[in-house]
Amino acid sequence: MGVTGSPTNINQGTRTKGGIGESTLRPDGILKVTGEFAYSSDMWHEDMLWGHTLRSTVAHAEIASIDISEALATSGVYAVLTYDDLPTAMKNYGLEIQDTPVLAHGRVRHHGEPVALVAADHPETARRAAAKIRIDYRELPVVTDEASATAPGAPLIHEGRDDHHIGHVPHPNIVHRQPIVRGDAEAAKARADVVVTGDYYFGMQDQAFLGPESGLAVPAEDGGVDLYVATQWLHSDLRQIAPVLGLPEDKVRMTLSGVGGAFGGREDLSMQIHACLLALRTGKPVKIVYNRFESFFGHVHRHPARLHYEHGATRDGKLTHMKCRIVLDGGAYASASPAVVGNASSLAVGPYVIEDVDIEALALYTNNPPCGAMRGFGAVQACFAYEAQMDKLAAELGMDPVRFRQLNAMEQGTLLPTGQQVDSPAPVAELLRRVKAMPMPPERQWESAGEHPDVRALPGGLSNTTHGEGVVRGVGYAVGLKNVGFSEGFDDYSTARVRMEVIGGEPVATVHTAMAEVGQGGVTVHAQIARTELGVAQVTIHPADTKVGSAGSTSASRQTYVTGGAVKNSCEAVREQVLEMGRRKFGTYHPAWATAELLLEGGKVVTDGGEVLADVADVLEDEAVDIELEWRHRPTEAFDLRTGQGNGHVQYSFAAHRAVVEVDTELGLVKVIELACAQDVGKALNPLSVVGQIQGGTIQGMGIAVMEEIMVDPVTAKVRNPSFTDYLLPTILDTPTIPVDVLELADDHAPYGLRGIGEAPTLSSTPAVLAAIRNATGLELNRTPVRPEHLTGL
Amino acid sequence: MRVNFTVNGRRHEADDVWEGESLLYVLRERMGLPGSKNACEQGECGSCTVRLDGVPVCSCLVAAGQVEGRDVVTVEGLADFAAHRSDAHPGTGCAPGACGTALDSARRWKAAPAGEETRDTGELSPIQQAFIDAGAVQCGFCTPGLLVAADELLERTPQPSDADIREALSGNLCRCTGYEKILDAVRLAAARAEETV
Ligand code: FES
Ligand code: FES
Repeated sequence: MGVTGSPTNINQGTRTKGGIGESTLRPDGILKVTGEFAYSSDMWHEDMLWGHTLRSTVAHAEIASIDISEALATSGVYAVLTYDDLPTAMKNYGLEIQDTPVLAHGRVRHHGEPVALVAADHPETARRAAAKIRIDYRELPVVTDEASATAPGAPLIHEGRDDHHIGHVPHPNIVHRQPIVRGDAEAAKARADVVVTGDYYFGMQDQAFLGPESGLAVPAEDGGVDLYVATQWLHSDLRQIAPVLGLPEDKVRMTLSGVGGAFGGREDLSMQIHACLLALRTGKPVKIVYNRFESFFGHVHRHPARLHYEHGATRDGKLTHMKCRIVLDGGAYASASPAVVGNASSLAVGPYVIEDVDIEALALYTNNPPCGAMRGFGAVQACFAYEAQMDKLAAELGMDPVRFRQLNAMEQGTLLPTGQQVDSPAPVAELLRRVKAMPMPPERQWESAGEHPDVRALPGGLSNTTHGEGVVRGVGYAVGLKNVGFSEGFDDYSTARVRMEVIGGEPVATVHTAMAEVGQGGVTVHAQIARTELGVAQVTIHPADTKVGSAGSTSASRQTYVTGGAVKNSCEAVREQVLEMGRRKFGTYHPAWATAELLLEGGKVVTDGGEVLADVADVLEDEAVDIELEWRHRPTEAFDLRTGQGNGHVQYSFAAHRAVVEVDTELGLVKVIELACAQDVGKALNPLSVVGQIQGGTIQGMGIAVMEEIMVDPVTAKVRNPSFTDYLLPTILDTPTIPVDVLELADDHAPYGLRGIGEAPTLSSTPAVLAAIRNATGLELNRTPVRPEHLTGL
Repeated sequence: MRVNFTVNGRRHEADDVWEGESLLYVLRERMGLPGSKNACEQGECGSCTVRLDGVPVCSCLVAAGQVEGRDVVTVEGLADFAAHRSDAHPGTGCAPGACGTALDSARRWKAAPAGEETRDTGELSPIQQAFIDAGAVQCGFCTPGLLVAADELLERTPQPSDADIREALSGNLCRCTGYEKILDAVRLAAARAEETV
């Protein structure tokens, strides 16, 4: 026994490597580069069947009849299910409002809505059988925008609504509405020397995660089902799945399989219930994998928005007031629309001090594709508009746009329009200063002295359509404000189970949570936290499943904060118990056991003065300490439904961008040369991952600025471009260099002072690119994405 | 139908292949090699990139019958393939069937839900190691295709310029990283190769 009566030096209890603040590598990295990581579409089971979904070909119709006989008679087909086959009275699901049918009953409300399911022995057999299902649609008029949704006699998308928002909306085709009124905007307007207004349109963006919706449902002997699936929140899925199947929650056992990105698009259910229904019906394992076409119909998108803004400012550059109205198109089903409305309204003012505001945000029910969560969640649309307004005001006043923003920047202590005080660092002016101070990329990089121009560096690239004659450069700035975590009184907790034991003579920690690792690197950070708190080198991350309590969603930039906080919390409890065991065993050997602050470091119990008291292995011997705890951040409260007042948010995150673009004004082509970002992350738990997240978020914001948009036909409400051929995503040729400047101003309320980081860079990158294109061309450009015809005036 | 072809240096045959199946489907669902990914199955994203007779192709666009008698390298065989290139046949790569990764070792992990097994990975190829070290892997769904494409670039152009890298990888979408760290990874692999020369 390595004890421990006599004091030793801290040098023997070396600090554990791979703790927080270090750029440790992903524990799943090797599996991912060798092709061995099991994504949900890689699931396989002997004797498994393939499921396929038949989807509506029209946007709004009554279903007069469905004939499945021919499909069912197809050789190789094991089951064909429609609404009539649902086993219980619970036939809908939904994140907040249970308005989404598992399979359409009587009526379809959007193009691509699931109508029937097929299970067969080959995916192609399932597809062909689905094509033999005969559906008689009686088409109904479509509702596609605010005017058609609220017109007298407009068809009601959801008749007889009974959800708790219905009492507060002016029309049943409005999902939710949130006004925020503070001060007196009309009176304050009298103080303004300049007033600018703007109407903006923000296009529908797709999350376009690469790993398709997919999973495997395996029927179990106890009548339950085991589901292996890619999702953002296992327990939220479970809560929605079990009642539809008519099973208690403990008979639906969910395990996270590898997730190929999410970005909000996996918050709602896709194939989960469908696969379970087919598995329970056929008694065989059923795998469903969407192809890309189906994926565009299988998840909700980012809300397109119409925004009307009015701002005033005094001659010396102080904002006087702001009025805005934000209309979000939620599509056919509610999904996360109510919460998106809450964010859009409460963050509509952006990171600026404006005392007198009059804000209204609402989301519509229409026959367009359903919209819900996507990175930035309501704050993105507002940021696009208020940042355009800031540039307009600066131009009116003849001021530098960065200077103007800094003059009005919020700081710690500022009151938001909701009356909530920002009680942690809010370095808005500083982030703008930093991003402006970064060195500029060289001009006209296609000209290398005396040689032929390198056309690859020009807008349009290798197409060699110009040698740079019509190319002009522009620079634009933007900054944004995003809340972290779930707001408005939501019980946003997480659970972590931490086990410490001795294996092969070494103390080892196991961290078990239900956190969905969707690529963001939570698993890396959990191991870092356990190493820091427990002083062990070896940490095992248990697969995420529903055998442990909920971790909440991997969204809203909250996972490192909340589940990271839960892991820290549980580690602290484990540490306390280990120390208590040590005191009982060895307390008599050294007074420091009773008197000193004790830590675990390098596998040893040490005092805060650095004395080693014991090996953890000797304290634990063959006992294990195993603790599961829930952890909550400080509570928030709902916004008042009439005034919008309330302490609704937990934490804020801030990012600023400078975009440099080159525009070929003759061809209408844009090349983004550089997108520099400065962001405050509170504390960088893993600097390498932090920068990776910021760069990824930046490019998603750039995508919406210059190319990404789901096009919905305004007459038929059908989706026109559900493919990677027609929905354009940035490639490596379209993306600029992305220098990142990370600021770490601790938030005293958060674990380690950290700040959620995933979303803020998506906010400011879009308006920065737009500002740069406006700067280059002098055009107004009030919509995303900007297309060639907007630049050439065709 | 039956298809005979070489996968990661070893001869194999796939039986009962329906004529509409893609090479990607045969690799993933019939051979138990799910490393090549299925993000679009329409030739737009590059996540299914494999080398067919040395040339990077989207395996989702290749009909299984087209690979009869030909030579395929997937991400599962990339480490061995790269090791042979630098050891056995510097600068060229293996002749079909001569060397390679046996199916069983490529498939040491099987995508069955019961119990996820990690294996002792042994050696990674330089580009695989660089992707890990540079932080170029997030969700990792694009990674197998990018690795195959980037490895082929470095074989052709050991010291690529940024423009070369962008051009070579322009057929591979990544939704997570913003590509900057992928560029870093390719630069890192190239720099390490230069150091060891
Ligand atoms: S899956 Fe083959 S290119 Fe996308
Ligand atoms: S698509 Fe997720 S890491 Fe590239």
